[in-house]
Amino acid sequence: MTVPTTASARGAAIPGVVRTGIHRTRFEVLQYFRAGDTVFFTFLFPVFMLALFSVAFGADGDVRFAPELPAISMAGLYLPGMLAAGLLLSGFQNLAVDIATERSDGTLKRLGGTPLSPVAYFIGKIGQVAVTSVLQAALLLAVAAFAFGVALPTEPERWLTFAWVFALGITASALLGVAVSALPRTAKSATAVIVPIALVLQFISGVYLTFSQLPDWLQDVAAFFPLKWMAQGMRAVFLPDAFAVLERGEEWNLLSVLIALATWLVVGLVAARLTFRWLRRDA
Amino acid sequence: MDTHAVQVTGLRKTYGGRTAVDGITFEIARGETFALLGPNGAGKSTTVEILEGYRRRSGGDVRVLGVDPGVGGLDWKARLGIVLQSTGQAGLVTVREQLRQFAGFYPRPRDVDEVIAAVGLQRQADTRIAKLSGGQQRRVDVALGVIGRPELLFLDEPTTGFDPQARREFWDLIRALQADGTTIVLTTHYLDEAARLADRAAVIAAGRLRALGALDRLGGPEARVPIVRWREAGIARAERTDRPLAFATALSARLGAEPEQLEIVRPSLEDIYLDLVQDAGVVADLATAEDAR
Repeated sequence: MTVPTTASARGAAIPGVVRTGIHRTRFEVLQYFRAGDTVFFTFLFPVFMLALFSVAFGADGDVRFAPELPAISMAGLYLPGMLAAGLLLSGFQNLAVDIATERSDGTLKRLGGTPLSPVAYFIGKIGQVAVTSVLQAALLLAVAAFAFGVALPTEPERWLTFAWVFALGITASALLGVAVSALPRTAKSATAVIVPIALVLQFISGVYLTFSQLPDWLQDVAAFFPLKWMAQGMRAVFLPDAFAVLERGEEWNLLSVLIALATWLVVGLVAARLTFRWLRRDA
Repeated sequence: MDTHAVQVTGLRKTYGGRTAVDGITFEIARGETFALLGPNGAGKSTTVEILEGYRRRSGGDVRVLGVDPGVGGLDWKARLGIVLQSTGQAGLVTVREQLRQFAGFYPRPRDVDEVIAAVGLQRQADTRIAKLSGGQQRRVDVALGVIGRPELLFLDEPTTGFDPQARREFWDLIRALQADGTTIVLTTHYLDEAARLADRAAVIAAGRLRALGALDRLGGPEARVPIVRWREAGIARAERTDRPLAFATALSARLGAEPEQLEIVRPSLEDIYLDLVQDAGVVADLATAEDAR
């Protein structure tokens, strides 16, 4: 048995944060797509739900909310909500469960004993979220357009709105996931703690249920959380302009979407910075 | 370059009101293999985790590769290798993928394939880690510990769960690292392992250092005085003496016959270790009694 000969490691600098972060991203994406449960419950779930709702409720043809509004297909109606759900699942749920598991099974402790910087670790996580959420959104749009005949917008300004709602939404969602990952005490409880939070948010924020049909007080509760604003931003992009009358104040109110998501992004950043530790506690 | 890899002076660690480590002092020379022995809960793991930078000390002074682990940065971590007691493995990736990942963290990593060969996992290199046996996963742990070409390697109970064959192969790997000049801090329950691998050892019990020195001198000369055992009138007798043969001859003459069940033994490392640890238990009990007063 031989071991390669040693020269002192002194004098050589550790690899840069960006390079290591990209190195970690590759590893994270590889791991993500090998985990069958994550691929289904995080990556494919919104696509699966879009298909289910479209098929289950679409049998009677298009729906009409009011005489003055144009009819819309079920797939067209659910697409914005599912895109928003994708942001929540790929950012918040994915990272919260992932990091809680890594903390509990000792992966973080092991990484904490190496020269990997926490910044590079997070570049890896954010990179994984970026890659998977973009692929997920592309898949959702493709399924909606090609399988269910949803007409996607052609105006560049709508896609510009999509870009910033997506970018702010996924970043805030990912940072909040990092912050919340400190809550579960064990790997086993991670899913049990995180998934119900995500599920309740999806029900009250206009993902599974049409937001305008929820009682006002529930809409007000939902307005406190970021998912409602992601869904509202996505509706502004993908629904016909006439549908704005169904919103609170009868307008898309993109300024409020911007302010709400930016606020949650800052809250997430501060909370993630304050709560993240390689170890559960440093006694 | 300083000649010591590790210097620990008067190290103390308290959790709330409980003292886990109570004034431990030792040094480890560069290139040395040093064993930390002691029962569970004795303070070994706490001591090692302070050296590794995982825990903060409550008192005393610690230098690891000349750096205070409490403020050791990433450059300092790049010079260490840490094999923790039991850690979760990234089960979905292969041995080679996992080693490549870790190699990317270090400035001058060892060659991934050479390390895989050194831990004897060539045939499992492209197998997902979750599919390996417990002993094979432990070898992955060790491989991850040495991939960064560490100057100082911490091994926390590295061979727990190994079969005898795997343990022998592991010892060969450690000897190759020793020959390479790597300083090794070995925590183990297996005294034979410590005796085979370590130059010196410290015995820690009840948070204090009970003994420190070369394995064959641990506990001092008095702990190694041979024992003559025999039965006389149905009762087991024993006598510790530096001249066991003369004693046995005199005994035989006194009895006028061959002594029943006569044996002359030198205390094994295990006997000496157990004596040291049991003494500590008594000391700890007394200390608790005094605290209670």
